[in-house]
Amino acid sequence: MAHDRPRGLTRRDLLRSAGAVGAAAAVGATELTGASVVSPVAGAIAQQTAPDAAAGAPLPEPLEHLTASEAELLEAIADHLIPADEDGPGAVEARAVHYIDRALGGALSESHDAYRSGLAAFDRYCRSSRGGAFVDLSATDRLSALIDIETGAATGAGAGFVGSSAAFFGMVRSHVIQGTFGDPYYGGNANFVGWDLIRYPGVRTAVTPQDQTRLESGDLPPYRRSAYDWGTFNKASARRSRPRVGTGTGGDHAD
Amino acid sequence: MPTNLPPTDVVIVGLGAAGGVAALPLASAGLKVVGLEAGSRLTKRDFAPDEIRNNVRAWPFSVQKAQREIPTQRPNRSTPTTRASTHPMMNGVGGTTLHYWAQSWRLNPWDFKVVTETTRRYGASRIPEGSTVEDWPFGYEELEPYYDRIEHEIGISGQAGNIAGVIDRRGNPFEGSRRRAYPMPPLRWTGFLDRMADSARSLEWTPFPGPAAVNSQPYQERSGCMYHGFCNRGGCHVDAKNSTAVTTIPRAESTGNLDVVTQAHVRRVESDRNGRVTGVTYVQAGEEFFQPASLVLLASYTYENVRLLLLSLSPAFPIGLSNNHAQVGRHYLSHHQGAPVTALFPFDLRAWYGLPAQGVAVDEWADDNFDHTGLDFIGGGNLWVYSDRRPISAASMSTFGRAPSWGSAWKRFIRENADRTNTAYIQKTTLPYESNYLDLDPSVRDHHGDPVVRITAEYKQNELAIAEFLQDKMEAWYRDAGAIDIIRGGLGRTMGVTTHAYGGTRMGDNPETNVVDRYGLSHEVPNLGVLGASVMGTSGARNPTLSAQALAWRTAEHIVGNWSSIAD
Repeated sequence: MAHDRPRGLTRRDLLRSAGAVGAAAAVGATELTGASVVSPVAGAIAQQTAPDAAAGAPLPEPLEHLTASEAELLEAIADHLIPADEDGPGAVEARAVHYIDRALGGALSESHDAYRSGLAAFDRYCRSSRGGAFVDLSATDRLSALIDIETGAATGAGAGFVGSSAAFFGMVRSHVIQGTFGDPYYGGNANFVGWDLIRYPGVRTAVTPQDQTRLESGDLPPYRRSAYDWGTFNKASARRSRPRVGTGTGGDHAD
Repeated sequence: MPTNLPPTDVVIVGLGAAGGVAALPLASAGLKVVGLEAGSRLTKRDFAPDEIRNNVRAWPFSVQKAQREIPTQRPNRSTPTTRASTHPMMNGVGGTTLHYWAQSWRLNPWDFKVVTETTRRYGASRIPEGSTVEDWPFGYEELEPYYDRIEHEIGISGQAGNIAGVIDRRGNPFEGSRRRAYPMPPLRWTGFLDRMADSARSLEWTPFPGPAAVNSQPYQERSGCMYHGFCNRGGCHVDAKNSTAVTTIPRAESTGNLDVVTQAHVRRVESDRNGRVTGVTYVQAGEEFFQPASLVLLASYTYENVRLLLLSLSPAFPIGLSNNHAQVGRHYLSHHQGAPVTALFPFDLRAWYGLPAQGVAVDEWADDNFDHTGLDFIGGGNLWVYSDRRPISAASMSTFGRAPSWGSAWKRFIRENADRTNTAYIQKTTLPYESNYLDLDPSVRDHHGDPVVRITAEYKQNELAIAEFLQDKMEAWYRDAGAIDIIRGGLGRTMGVTTHAYGGTRMGDNPETNVVDRYGLSHEVPNLGVLGASVMGTSGARNPTLSAQALAWRTAEHIVGNWSSIAD
């Protein structure tokens, strides 16, 4: 299958070449489904960031807000949350970290500090409890470290999580899901791998009774378009970041 | 000093579901109307089918006045308040009708006479202790012509169940008698909705399609629904959702008598020593204006209607406008929207498209449609199974304890099950209670320095008992239709910020217990009216918007018919 991992590469090599793997998966997926609809938005994103593997070593992924080491760790976490496996490509191929990196400059800007401190704490926790960086740990240690962080067991272990490590895990998980299953306009769900994974037949502007009938009989071909491939929609508000609202808590008064 | 603007006949504060409706009969009658709207105008080009923007990032609520005045909340007086991160309502011409689910129900006749009917059938002791519920000042029959008017003015699709007393079991056999059918047939169903309807029939219930302010076919030269699946928190890209922004507001503007002012943030309603209102003060782009008017209609959402009254102090109204009987903020209630039931099916539901207003309803367990003898509550809930699925929310589904929450096993689970769940939230009767109320928060303020609303409200035993009873019914329905697993949501306690907030300016004949009279005009201020669900004293078991709109039209019609006595 097109999304099978190349053999003989270390995990780190794999993560570093994620863009190229994604591009290869894209070609395969398109051929497999014979999808005739071309998505200009998704295509432009793929061209801009996924270099032609045949041209040689892939160019480093341009990061906007995460540092290279933060991105490497986040990519490895994402790869564990939604791995590529026999059920198809995962979060790395969807470029979920690219989605997060971009959003940290906009709608998720309030989470930038949480990523900075959380990834640093994650790294410290792996080194202090397992003796190495996450990507260098054995598969077993990587899983057990992630479980500690997911369940909050890594909180208070001296790694310096701000709040519970479970909160950090929950934030990363929800953003990785957004980056894997969201509209490709935002930089993730590359080549629609997320939508294919859950068999979502795609964004449409009209679903006729005939479309619904075909869906229910299992022969509605997936539609591979971003919402913004329809030129009719204004994009301005899609890029607008959310204002800071609410404080999370009110006063502590009671009468 | 604010800039004084030329006087107008009527100023409406808020052009949403209610204000956007009232503007039409007023303007059509020749009254000069200024509509002050805190938001801006949006068009169908702004309504992209974009789950990240609409749902994940809650775009409809971003960059809005309402977000600066999110109420604080607490279950009771002895518990500290918390504050939600978003306000669920939207500013904009058309208000929340721009992106609402558009379920457009009439209340059932029982909802207007809860006290009388409960006392008659079960005895007065069955009214829950501490409840301040009253009968409405009129019955369903009084509002029926206005329901009918709105259904045709804005366009409602649906299946009638009772036309002039003739029961049609394709519709809701429990609905009050209506004079004629809906102007459009109901929205289409999917295979899954057909399955749920078949199952309901096998349980000897009466399934029927719910009413929606969504075109099931072209209506008033606007398109029929495209069923594309982005209706929830999304405006309509083909104007098939009958928001007031595409129905009554443009019609009112075409009379030449409605002047819409956008980005106008009203801070005070001004009143004179004679106890009459003189107009409103608002801020637009940092500049303050005074809009004099012969009549003021408050048509914000429940929280803001109450807040504006409590903020508008004067010698005649020292504790809030129209509040000399200390009733502003009382009799608050909100729908119990917790206690959902989520089902997992062993087959794909093919539910990727459609809209939340497209669904199958069962009313057997709502209101007093069943015998409550031997039960420990009054009222009930409307069961509603609907279409609403998008990829991020589908991938974020519960794993029903059948898989971990990440990794290959999780991935395999969602690959198989992302299209196999359905959730029913079940709208239930909520009653008003003495200890549930709105007031001003003593410390949390908006960016003008004005206090926000504080909600002090919790669900009581009656609401909790309804929730449990209805979850049993919903689970039975899902299981009959083939569900293999069920999750019941918690019953909840605090009545937090919600899209179904009622009361605070309740309507009734008794000025000791109600803020507005049977026509929606203040008992204390002759030239002040209030529109919206804040005037409703009971919630019924169904969405409030159509009732708020019918009441708004009725208030406007009353104003037109009595203009000389009201305005002078």
